[in-house]
Amino acid sequence: MWKIIAESKDKRPKLQNYKNWNELPPIPISFPCYGSMGETGDWRVFRPVIDKKKCTKCGFCWMYCPEGVIQKSEDGFFTIDYVYCKGCGICAKECPVKAIEMKRESEFE
Amino acid sequence: MSQKEQEIKFISGNVAAAYAARSAKVQVISAYPITPQTTVVEKLSDFVDSGDMPAQYIKVESEHSVMAALVGASIAGTRTFSATAGQGLLYMSEMVHWAAGTRLPIVMTIASRGIAPPWNIWADFTDVISQRDAGWLISFASSHQEIYDSVLMAYKICENEEVLLPMFIAYGGFVLSHTSKPVIIEPDNKLEKFLPPLPDEKGWPHIFIDPERPMMHGNLIMPSGFYYEFRMKIHDEMMKSTHIIKQVALEFEKIFGRSYGNGLIQEYKMDDAEVALINIGGLALQAEQAVDELRQEGYKVGSVKLRHFRPFPIDEIINIAKKVDVIGVVDRDTAFGSPTGGAVSSECKSALHNTGIDTIILPIITGIGGREVSVEQQKEEFKILMILEETGELPKDMIHGTLWDGVLEVK
Amino acid sequence: MALRWAMKALGPKTALVAPASCLNVVVGLWPKTAPNFPFINMAFAAAAAAASGISAAFKAKDSKFPGKVWGKMTSLVFAGDGGTTDIGIQGLSGAAERNSDILYVCYDNEAYMNTGIQRSSSTPHGARTTTTPFGKQRFKKNLPAIVAAHNVPYVDTCCISYPIDLYEKFKKAKEIKGFRYIHILAPCPPGWGFASEDTVKMGKMAVETGFWILYEVENGEFKLSKPSKKYLDPSKRRPIQEYLEIQKRFNTLSEVGLVKWQENIKNAWKYIELELELKEKKE
Repeated sequence: MWKIIAESKDKRPKLQNYKNWNELPPIPISFPCYGSMGETGDWRVFRPVIDKKKCTKCGFCWMYCPEGVIQKSEDGFFTIDYVYCKGCGICAKECPVKAIEMKRESEFE
Repeated sequence: MSQKEQEIKFISGNVAAAYAARSAKVQVISAYPITPQTTVVEKLSDFVDSGDMPAQYIKVESEHSVMAALVGASIAGTRTFSATAGQGLLYMSEMVHWAAGTRLPIVMTIASRGIAPPWNIWADFTDVISQRDAGWLISFASSHQEIYDSVLMAYKICENEEVLLPMFIAYGGFVLSHTSKPVIIEPDNKLEKFLPPLPDEKGWPHIFIDPERPMMHGNLIMPSGFYYEFRMKIHDEMMKSTHIIKQVALEFEKIFGRSYGNGLIQEYKMDDAEVALINIGGLALQAEQAVDELRQEGYKVGSVKLRHFRPFPIDEIINIAKKVDVIGVVDRDTAFGSPTGGAVSSECKSALHNTGIDTIILPIITGIGGREVSVEQQKEEFKILMILEETGELPKDMIHGTLWDGVLEVK
Repeated sequence: MALRWAMKALGPKTALVAPASCLNVVVGLWPKTAPNFPFINMAFAAAAAAASGISAAFKAKDSKFPGKVWGKMTSLVFAGDGGTTDIGIQGLSGAAERNSDILYVCYDNEAYMNTGIQRSSSTPHGARTTTTPFGKQRFKKNLPAIVAAHNVPYVDTCCISYPIDLYEKFKKAKEIKGFRYIHILAPCPPGWGFASEDTVKMGKMAVETGFWILYEVENGEFKLSKPSKKYLDPSKRRPIQEYLEIQKRFNTLSEVGLVKWQENIKNAWKYIELELELKEKKE
């Protein structure tokens, strides 16, 4: 299987599943995929919530997010991918109009 | 500039190694000077800067960086080469293990020298032996021509998809590195038939740097993950490489006409021998002269040149043990704390364990730090083996189970 | 954050070498990984040399297969401050002296954070780490100046709180051939002792107090970057106490230590003024 992975990007399977050592490639190679450390959204204690009424679409939150989970959507507003957002709080701190509020994760369960 | 015809040049072992790198059309060289390997570095510089060899030469600032640069260049998919000696090899030890773990076909010649302290720049194989468990194939060259030939064979062995492991080619510092003998430099058209082609754009099959196929190597693997199995594969593939080494040696003989035994060992007058001496490096060639002289006196002795220490040729050693009653294994290295002699004799002894063969193996250590080993001394070693074979009497001056031959005694 | 903006600037035709650092774990365990470009993990001290090897291999491939991507690849090193100022300095200096065609980035979080906050040469005076429990006695190594003394084509300093400035510097560095060095200040919440949401504010304060100066040295020519320009005037700089007080790691800083900090900042800016004066005289 590892020869297919090495051949081209498109032919790669979603995950490398090897049953025993005979199937392994000579060296451990990893290839890029989403969520390489798992769904890090589980690490959150506080969740950022954007208030669209206050948002001026300046893009600071997108600029400062260390994980890149804030993306611009078609209507110009920004959406946060909660599967991976770790809740660091930088977006809320840097928003010039204080449109993002950090709410406790327990409110959403 | 290419080599159009076969040439015979009167050159030193070091320069032969440089010519071999040129013949193999190496693409990236990274080297750091250290006695007794300096002339390799200088000759390669000469080739590259004069345009004779289209390679990239990185003049790094330390041996650790030598191996780091080679690892980087090899991962990117190029044929690489370097040379070092004693202390330098020990300095790059971390990266030596890294190169084997990444399964890169790097070839490195070692002009072995004694390990400091105290400073010693003469022939002694302890430096290469200290890297025996790193995962590199280890081969010893006993003549200037063998240095040239071993490098060419090394590329063919290492770049084989079933092997993909780096290789050391060790030879005695100053003994072979600085003395000159005629060496045949082969022409390009013959080399093309033998050597594998240079890696293409895609690089090696298992590791590459390609923006179209992004990949990462060297992640963390938990103990529950496949770390254990990946390391086991290195061992597995090295053990299996014995048949490829034999294949390559045969092919080499066919194309170039020079034979190196079966690739792993080379026997000399072993058919009717009663005792045998196993040697590594230049001493093996000299032992053949000792065998000739003793045979003229009527003794039935034979000598074996151990060409590859890693992978250890266990089947060949067992076969030799079946032929003779006493084998002396000569190490030109020390393995402190081992009661079974140097590294080679320890491995020979363990090879015979549980085979039911009761051949006696006598560990001998000689020539440490480049001390001269004369033909007379080797003949004496044979005579000790013959006394052992006839009477079962061990030599009187053994120290902790090993015969340290040639120790000075001030009377 | 530094990696995200750096890669935006550099694009996919990059090969990254990362020595032992925080980055090793950030990118994921086998068999998954995050970066969508070739990424090689490397031993601690070996990064600069490995990148030199990779860039030499690209040159070799470019001469063998001309006109393809190999001539346009960037060989990048993303090392931490430990792997640059301490164990990696031999490789760094060697690569700089050879003018190896690599882009070396040091992201400086001022300690060995991956192994749990031990002190490095980049840790500033008075900071508490697990190996300096009462505050570090010695001062921060001025690595950009050391690299600039190697006469390399491009050296600059950045901070993660100014991502646009960082982006522009990376874009500029991408086009230059030869050894390029970028030093990024990256505040670390657990290591420095502040809340994670203040990370960007921390970086901004470092620049606003005049402690971290953003500048470029291109072919020996010194240039102050836009965010740091106004702090040439000492009255515009915020007092350094504000920066030191909110970080728990400076709890044990004494009065004498504070005076040393202020003096160091003053001296650093004096040096910059001299550089700018020299530059004006040349023109």
